[in-house]
Amino acid sequence: MSTDVMKGYRKIVYLSFPPETSSRPIVCNLARLFDLSFNILKAKIHPRHDGSMVLEISGLEENFHKGVNYLKESGLQVESVARKIFRDEDSCVHCGMCTALCPTKALELDLVTRKVQFDPERCSACGMCRRICPVNAMTVDIEENGLHV
Amino acid sequence: MSGYSVNKTISEINERIQKGKAVVLNAEEMVKVVREQGKVKAAQEVDVVTTGTFSPMCSSGILFNIGQEPPVMKVSELYLNNVPAYSGFAAVDAYLGATEPATDDPLNKVYPGRFSYGGGHVIEDLLRGKRVHISAKAYGTDCYPRRTLEKDVFLSDLPDAWLLNPRNCYQNYNCAVNMSSRTIYTYMGPLKPNCRNANFATAGQLSPLLNDPYFRTIGLGTRIFLGGAVGWVIGAGTQHNPRPQRNDRGVPTVGAGTLMLKGPLKKMSPRYVRGVSITGYGCSLSVGVGIPIPILNEEIAWFAGVSDEDIDMPIKDYGYDYPNGLPRILGHATLAQLKSGKIKVGDMSTVSVPITSYTMSLEIADTLKSWIQDGSFTISTPQEPIEST
Ligand code: SF4
Ligand code: SF4
Repeated sequence: MSTDVMKGYRKIVYLSFPPETSSRPIVCNLARLFDLSFNILKAKIHPRHDGSMVLEISGLEENFHKGVNYLKESGLQVESVARKIFRDEDSCVHCGMCTALCPTKALELDLVTRKVQFDPERCSACGMCRRICPVNAMTVDIEENGLHV
Repeated sequence: MSGYSVNKTISEINERIQKGKAVVLNAEEMVKVVREQGKVKAAQEVDVVTTGTFSPMCSSGILFNIGQEPPVMKVSELYLNNVPAYSGFAAVDAYLGATEPATDDPLNKVYPGRFSYGGGHVIEDLLRGKRVHISAKAYGTDCYPRRTLEKDVFLSDLPDAWLLNPRNCYQNYNCAVNMSSRTIYTYMGPLKPNCRNANFATAGQLSPLLNDPYFRTIGLGTRIFLGGAVGWVIGAGTQHNPRPQRNDRGVPTVGAGTLMLKGPLKKMSPRYVRGVSITGYGCSLSVGVGIPIPILNEEIAWFAGVSDEDIDMPIKDYGYDYPNGLPRILGHATLAQLKSGKIKVGDMSTVSVPITSYTMSLEIADTLKSWIQDGSFTISTPQEPIEST
């Protein structure tokens, strides 16, 4: 956390690797070439040797953009995790149950309004809320075990 | 006659409701009035306090009739969208329970199970106007020769459909923690190991039975908000405990009173009747209930002024104690502490997590309040009291 604050910029991205890229050390180059630190939150190599990864990247904002361009030039698809996770606002009843397991506080109870706030920018796409929500209000559009969860 | 300095009757209050003159507050607003003006003044000024709760209530279901399609039938096995219903009644009557899973549900075989479709979901689908498939079997008799029936129905096709809940509105309940070393999935939601979260399920100061802890006004025949329609209390619910331990404000400090409820399904709204899937536990139904409390005297006013600070919830271990039926209570937390997001369990500080929607509970109390204010809902006189001392 303290290094994040120092370097200022932190973002969680979802990478998909086409088959020909998954054996090359592209992700490691983020640190070497752009002085970015990264934390692999989830990684998956699929049977056909394509793969996907959820990565938390932190560093200088400028370097973050350079790094992401580098990933794209290397053939990877890069998407913000925030665009992969949705809450059905009509369905959510603001019960609070998801906040028991959400590890990043992307889902958090507002103590004044008693509503559960959802901040997709904090989400690591772990899928816990999707598993727990009693009314199925959360959608995580990321492959897990080769299946959409 | 009674020793109270304020004595109002239900018919006086109803007269005021019909004239549009009744003073109606929700139970949250009543806290402030009693605190600031005292119970006597509050009882003089306020006619009705509305309560509300919206939470999974597993002991719920629908009693319905599917209608005959001659040759007539005495159903012995019945499924709605593959969810079994009980049909050991006359002819084509049946009961579908909220927690009944679909016959092909993998249950907890892949742990923790999702329980994505069950009785509660069928009830919500009916309310959403969706088509539901009925499959019925019978052994056949001289008077009821038909052996099978397959048909799709909408709620409007069912000759009768009642929400009929054997046990709702638990008056106080456990706050659940897990002292074991693995995450567990309970009807109180997911509990992380080593007491890392404490889940609680009550609307607290808005909760119906915490505002009338001795059932002074709520009894058989009390007219209520049930699932968005007008329903009734039809007596004590199953497991009703009339003699619980109480704190000095009369609020039970353990799970205590319960209610049996009935209401017309066809008039309800899926906003207040939702099928739910509780991971690792099963299917259920979230039911919205709002009960009006006529403020007949200052004692009833005092009780309806209950605040989150006055409610003590027992903390129980669901890792070992609860499943093994051990009565140990790890301590109490007030609802005010629970709502702050952190409580103490022993000397540990634990994150507290609600699983009852406070915003929906408030919406229900306010909806009931608006019905009374516009004169469309009056207070009924209970025909039988519910035992509580
Ligand atoms: S568990 Fe589901 S319904 Fe409850 S607050 Fe979270 S997203 Fe909303
Ligand atoms: S997927 Fe859900 S539980 Fe996981 S971080 Fe995102 S919001 Fe929180």
